[in-house]
Parts: sequence; structure tokens; C-alpha cells
Amino acid sequence: MTRLLAVAWKELLQLRRDRLTLAMMVMLPLVQLMLFGWAIDTDVRHIPTAVLDHDRTAASRDLARSLAATGSCDLVGDLRDEAELTRALRAGRARVGLVIPARYAESLARGRPVTVQLVVDGSDPQSVTGATQAMGGLVAQRATVMLMSRAGVRAPPLSVESTTWYNPDLRTAVNIVPGLVGVILTMTMVMLTSMAVARERERGTLEQLVVSPVRRWELVVGKILPFVVIGYVQMTLVLIAGRVVFDVPVAGSLGLLYAMSFAFIAANLSLGLFFSTLAQTQQQAMQMSFFFLLPNILLSGFMFPREAMPEPAQWLSEVLPLTHFLKIIRGVALRGAGFEDLRAELVRLCVILGALVVLASLRFRKTLA
Amino acid sequence: MGADTVVETEGLGRRFGSLVAVRDVSLSVRRGEIFGILGPNGAGKSTTIRMLCGLLTPTSGRGTVAGYDIAREPERVKTRIGYMTQRFSLYEDLTVKETLTFYAGIYGIGGRARRERVDEVLARNGLVARRDQLAGTLSGGWKQRVALSCAMLHSPPLVFLDEPTAGVDPVSRRAFWDEIHKLAAEGTTVIVTTHYMDEAERCHRVAFVFKGAILDAGSPAEILARRGLRVAEVECSDRAVFERLKQDPRVDDVAPFGARARVTTRDGADPTAVVREAMGDAGAAPVEVRADLEDAFVSMVRAESRAE
Repeated sequence: MTRLLAVAWKELLQLRRDRLTLAMMVMLPLVQLMLFGWAIDTDVRHIPTAVLDHDRTAASRDLARSLAATGSCDLVGDLRDEAELTRALRAGRARVGLVIPARYAESLARGRPVTVQLVVDGSDPQSVTGATQAMGGLVAQRATVMLMSRAGVRAPPLSVESTTWYNPDLRTAVNIVPGLVGVILTMTMVMLTSMAVARERERGTLEQLVVSPVRRWELVVGKILPFVVIGYVQMTLVLIAGRVVFDVPVAGSLGLLYAMSFAFIAANLSLGLFFSTLAQTQQQAMQMSFFFLLPNILLSGFMFPREAMPEPAQWLSEVLPLTHFLKIIRGVALRGAGFEDLRAELVRLCVILGALVVLASLRFRKTLA
Repeated sequence: MGADTVVETEGLGRRFGSLVAVRDVSLSVRRGEIFGILGPNGAGKSTTIRMLCGLLTPTSGRGTVAGYDIAREPERVKTRIGYMTQRFSLYEDLTVKETLTFYAGIYGIGGRARRERVDEVLARNGLVARRDQLAGTLSGGWKQRVALSCAMLHSPPLVFLDEPTAGVDPVSRRAFWDEIHKLAAEGTTVIVTTHYMDEAERCHRVAFVFKGAILDAGSPAEILARRGLRVAEVECSDRAVFERLKQDPRVDDVAPFGARARVTTRDGADPTAVVREAMGDAGAAPVEVRADLEDAFVSMVRAESRAE
């Protein structure tokens, strides 16, 4: 125990001297939270929209204004002809063009079918979906109202009333904040551990430790113990800042969340140790950590829904600890899920943890001698 | 193995795949002895030391260190030895006192005993005034002193020093060796590897390691006597004389030292006579000087290379 504590104490002393790393430990979660919390909004609004109105009546102007009123589209100008529409889209001045045919108002009044045209710039599919959906909804609603008045009924025969639980305003931040806890832990835990061991190797101090009677497990546990504490500090920081700045509360039990997070933190630390056995220098350790981070951000479901991914990508994401942790933390923090609800995910996470511990200790044993 | 024998090995060997790093090393080191292991880079010095420290398992032969078998009880060996690495690597961002406290903890010394021992070691090595200085800001000589203090914290009966004076100024080197002799006088056994032959002469006994085996071992005087080398120095820069001397079968080596030539003869041949013959009457008078371990070392390695 003396030996283990000596190692942990030494790591803390070194960490305290390393002001830059320490500052990064605190600033990184906060800066990332601000960046992801504010900048990422998958609900695309205010798409620049140009109108080519061949009708130029009160009714046609009303249609364009109604589209703008949905908030999805911003009207950026009237066009005179099709050539101007082409130019506006090509130059990127408008992403969407609304074309209203001549005799729009007259046809509506006489009950003749009318088709308005929506031309969208498909080069960024995500951004224009909002416009087509808004226009679709708007036109369907108007058509229904017209049919209802023609048929003389008060209410539509079929309608839907959707109720959104857990995040009624569908704010992206609610999804991002708990996810960010996982991403930040993945990044700092893996990087810190791999670099801490690589640094000893690089400076030659590892050799001095290996000839001492300190056992491997004492060395490993002593080294990563301070990082476990750092991990929990970062997690707490993000949760508090998420609460204060983005109004994202933790619905479920904090105790359960912190307890289940231990498996995730331990998995990342083991992975960091494994990387450190491959890396000869701190720089290599850092590069490996970054290389590992990318698939985590892309595949874990942090930014993009896993349901939309092709199957091989989904399988791959199953081995990432973050994938399972995201389900756990989003479950506890947003939906108030309990232990029973998340047991399956915890088991998977623990299987990954076990595999990583075995892998890391096998490699560590070999490379130390 | 006698009560006073601290290290004993028989035919110790280690291969890495097809590479034989150490072929056959048999050693016996007594308590309180300063034992030097000499040899060119890649001769197998480091591998030998690593086996003696319990870091590497020998692939042939056997050995005991401080009473424990190096192959079967390496963890016990580690508690009984001190070890100072080649670059005496310290944590640059820890103070001297923190460094010592850390290593004391690593060797299982805790609580009050640790504080007392650290203070004692600080005082003994003249580190009290520098105890709060970061190790990274110390000069080479001070770093070396801290590293030695770390290796000696748990009062081991045996300490390994792997090229302990690389990159250290001559004054610090001298002070360091005085400390080594002090330790030995107190009964600590010291095993040291070095490239410097003047340091080798300060050892009680040395072993020459070459190509994974011991060429010769004994006190510096014994080794010199066995080689039968004699040396003369003479003012001379005439290449023709050099060539004539090199052809002489009695001559082992001719080396220029500034304006002088250092001529080594084998089998007790009088070097001044040999030089006078080669130079004729015109030359300056040669002076016989004491042969040193470097002469013996060069002679041994050359002879070994010629034999192959």
C-alpha cells in the first residue's frame, strides 16, 4: 500500500507542477461544452429562400410569407425569371427557390388543382430537408382546410397529436451535454494515461521503477488513481455547466450515474495503458489517442444517430466503450432510467472493460522487462 | 558460496532469439568490494547487469545475488539492491526532497521511518540546502548525487551503477568516486560499469567483458601483470619511426599522444630499448612509464580480434 500511494502521490505532485495540463483538464470540458452546446444544432432553420412569383397576387404573396413564418425559411429576394433562379442557387445566395405558377390565386378560387414548385440545393442534404418539410406541411394543411370547407366538415377525419417526452422543445443541447461527458472522458482519460507512462519511458525513469520492488499492478493502479479523480471532476464540471448554461438537468439518480461511470472511466484508462505499451514517446501516445477519438465521435451516436449507419459501422461501434456509456448516461440523465433499465448496457461495457484490462496487462507485462 | 560472497554466477548467458548477448559470464564479488565491469559498447555489460538485477531471466547458467537466485527469486533480489540507471534519470518536475520521498515509498518505507531516512540521506549527501530545488534545474554532478542517494535510500547491501559518470565534470567525478569508496568501506558492495579507464583503476577488481564473455578478471595490478605489458613514451612525430615500431614483433601498440608516442611492448620486453633501436641515435631519450588498464584493455581486445 505504501508503494501504491507513493506512486499516486508522485503523479499528483507532477500534475500540480504541470500547470498547462492542469488548466487544459478544466478548460477543455468547458470550452467543448460551449462549442458543442451552442454551435451544434441539427434542427436547421433560416434557410435563405428566393421566390419566383409568376402570379403576383395577394394570395401568392401570402403563401410565400406563410413559408417564412414557419421559421424554416428566410425570404432573401424576389426573382424575375427562371434564369435568375438558376443564378441565385448556383451562387449560393439562396438554397431554396419557391416557384409559384401564373393564375395561382385564380385557380385556387375556382377549385382547380394547382402545383407550386420547390427547387432545393441538394449539395448539403441535411440543410434543405427542413425547407421541404416545412413547405410540405404548410401545403398539406392548406389543402386540408380547403377540402374541409368544400365538404362542409369542421374537423379533419384523421389527425395526429404527438407528445414529446424528456425533451419537449427538442433542443439539441439536451442531447449533446450528457454525450459530451462521454466524449471528454474518452479524450482525456486515454490521452493522460498513455502519455503518463510514455513520459516515464521517454525520460528513462521507467527503468528505475522496474528495478525497484514496486509490483506492476501497484505501479499501474497508483498511476491511474489520480486520473480517476480527474475524470470525475471533469464529469461534474460538465454536468454543472450543462445545468447552469444549457438548463439540462439530471433526471435520474446521480449516485447511480457516478457508479456506472466507473466502468467507463476504467475502460478508457486501460485503453490508455494499452496505447502506452505501443508508444515509445509521448508524441506517439498523443497521436494514437487522437486517432482513437475520431471513430468515437463519429460512430458512437454522439453526433449522428447510430440507426442511420450501415450495419458494419454499427457493429464496429459496439466495441467502443463510448457507445454504451452514451446509452447509460443519456438514460440516467435525460430519461431518469434506473439500474434495471440499463443493466444490459452496463454488462456490455463491463465485457469491453474486461477485455481491455486483459489486453493491457498482457502487453504491459511484456514491454516492462 | 561463502558468507562474504555477495554475487556469484556460473556460465551466465542470455540470448534474444538468435542473437547471443551474453555467452558465458562467471563472476564472484565479495562484500565491500568495488567491482568494475569494463568493455566496449555492445559487449554484453548492460545485459549482464540486467540479469543480475532480476530484470532479465538468464537463458543459461545460474547466479545468486545477495543470497537470492536471480532466475527464481527476482522480486526478492530487487529489494536487496540499489540501481542507478545510465542517465541517472530523475523526475525533472519533482524537488530533491520529493524525489527521495517517492523512492523511499517505492521501496516500502513509510510513515515516520520515511521522513527520518530522507532527512538522514539529505544530510549525508550535502543536499539539505538544495532539498526544495527542482531536480531538472540541478547540474549534472548534483543530479548524479541525487540519483545515488535514491539508489541508497533503503540501505541495500549491493548497489549497481550503470555508467554513473557519463556527462559529469571531472571534479564531480572525483567527488563521486570518493563517495563510492566511502560506501564500500562501510561494507556496501558496488558493481559499476564504465568506459573510463581511470575509473576502472579505482575499482578493487575489474572484469573485461568482450563479445558476451569475460576476457580477464582480477585486480588492476593482477591484470596488468598477466598481460606483461611495459610502456615507454618518447618525443617523436616521425611516421617512418611509427611504421618501423609497428612491424616489430615485440611491440603491442604504438599510439600518438600529441607530440609524443606511447609504445607498448609485450612479454616484458624493455620498451626503452625497443624505441632506441627504432629511432637510432638521433632521437630523444624514451622514458618508461607505468602501463595502465587502457593499455591492457586495448591489447586484450586486439589479441582477441586477431585470434578470429
